[in-house]
Amino acid sequence: MSKVFVFAEHKSGSLKRGAMELLQAAKKSGHAVIGMAVGSGAEVAAKEMGHHGAKEVHVIKDPGLNNYNPELYAAAVTFVLEKTQPQILLASASSLAKDLFPKIAARMNTGIASDCTELNISGDVVTAKKPLYSGKAFASVCFENSPLKIVLMRANQLPVSSADTTQTAQIVEHPMIAVADLKTILKEVVHGASEKLDLTEANIVVSGGRGLKEAGNFKLLNDLADVLGATVGASRAVVDAGWVPHGMQVGQTGKTVAPTLYIAVGISGAIQHLAGMSGSKVVVAINNDPAAPIFQKATYGIVGDLFDVVPKLTEEFKKALKH
Amino acid sequence: MKIFVCIKQVPDTETKMKISPDANSIDTTGVKWVINPYDEYAIEEALKCREANPGSQVYILSAGPSKRVSESLRTALAMGADEGLVINAPEGLDCFSTARALAAVITSEGGASLVFTGKLAIDDNASSVSQMLAEFLKAPHVTVVSKLSISPEGVSAERDIEGGSKEIFALKTPAVIGANKGLNTPRYASLPGIMKAKKKVLKEIEFASLNISASDQKVRLSQFSLPPEKPAVKMLSGDSTAQASELIKLLRDEAKAL
Repeated sequence: MSKVFVFAEHKSGSLKRGAMELLQAAKKSGHAVIGMAVGSGAEVAAKEMGHHGAKEVHVIKDPGLNNYNPELYAAAVTFVLEKTQPQILLASASSLAKDLFPKIAARMNTGIASDCTELNISGDVVTAKKPLYSGKAFASVCFENSPLKIVLMRANQLPVSSADTTQTAQIVEHPMIAVADLKTILKEVVHGASEKLDLTEANIVVSGGRGLKEAGNFKLLNDLADVLGATVGASRAVVDAGWVPHGMQVGQTGKTVAPTLYIAVGISGAIQHLAGMSGSKVVVAINNDPAAPIFQKATYGIVGDLFDVVPKLTEEFKKALKH
Repeated sequence: MKIFVCIKQVPDTETKMKISPDANSIDTTGVKWVINPYDEYAIEEALKCREANPGSQVYILSAGPSKRVSESLRTALAMGADEGLVINAPEGLDCFSTARALAAVITSEGGASLVFTGKLAIDDNASSVSQMLAEFLKAPHVTVVSKLSISPEGVSAERDIEGGSKEIFALKTPAVIGANKGLNTPRYASLPGIMKAKKKVLKEIEFASLNISASDQKVRLSQFSLPPEKPAVKMLSGDSTAQASELIKLLRDEAKAL
């Protein structure tokens, strides 16, 4: 039996959805599931990891790992990997993991498949499917010459069932791993204004484009998003116009999103934007131009004046979601 | 200061993808090749660093089929870089082998004070080469950088993370920086720049001469496919009130998206 290692991210001890997805997928593979969590709250997260299928969870509770530092994280994770010797490693394709695991792959002389949307573990053979060109094509990734196969999965791609509190994990604690001649110092973390989920993790995304006419009209989308619990995105045109920051851009030179519901408002649908949203399960397009390319990629289309339609939608959703 | 910028040539973002008959790659016939958009921010930042530190040199490095890739290197030279280096490598090199090759060349050229890359390449979205390269060079890295300042003590870099938050790092040099959109506004190649670029050195290095082991190929892509066709859109009629209530009904009962 192989070992599958899951690096779990948590927020003050509460596991992120992506971590639950991976733990459950690892459990389903039939292999032994080893977990790891770091920073304050790691022990609380470790208990929860047990409920999602981890047999053994390694924790380093040192507050020096509360925030990300590539060198300190690489040292900590490599230390535990060398101790546990897993064959497969799963982590979410988050900002942190996408930065950290290529470094670890290089250090451990092994391969990595980043930003994957499908995962198949059959015995020791791991294949993953990943979007290329931001979703204009897909390919399957196979590993060679890789003693440890590292797969970073996008969030919201795998099913999650509720925690089974009868399953528990053995918790193994380690001290902080020191790094001699540290070359990277984290000076500060500046928190964004938004408390909402990031676009890449959001289950519902409401995006706006040039049809909104001016930056101030993003308020219409914020109102709709608030009712839906959605995150607001934008097209490249309005980011380049300076209406909203680049972090909100959906598309080939922005973020690739995969929500259950994507609502495109006043976005005509340039090929780069369509690529970035192509992982969305259901797409609603609202545009006054019936010939807009966005309608070809939409599940439901509304031709109309967004300044009339969007407030109506907000109102109707408010009523509907109350029940 | 010796500054390297590692760039990748990718299909233009307007490209409609086709799959090759054996499904082991995309069909590149008729593809317009460009510099990976994030690498343009990397080039611009390197040029700005050189301007702020007189006497510095900017080298542009890329791996791939040399004839095709050289065109992108010429563009970077026309933007103002001093010298180009192309590693004539086969298609389908993975991130690990690429990073090994880039590290080998940077080392044999005497090393660098700063190495810039884009935060990711828009073709494979792997966002891996910069961190691997840093590890092979034993240098620290920061990726997804939207603000950078350089002082004699080292560099300070702002990294964009989820939810509009930022991590601010101080690094000792030599360091590897992965550029994000927002770092700067890349300049265009001027006509005199294009003329001058023709006379600049563009060195070709054979991948085989770098002694990169075959076992450095760690992943292989196969079974390429296009996204599944979406069923035809359902257009909602009536006035906005009717459209709104119809949409909510469909989202709830048919699409089960609420």
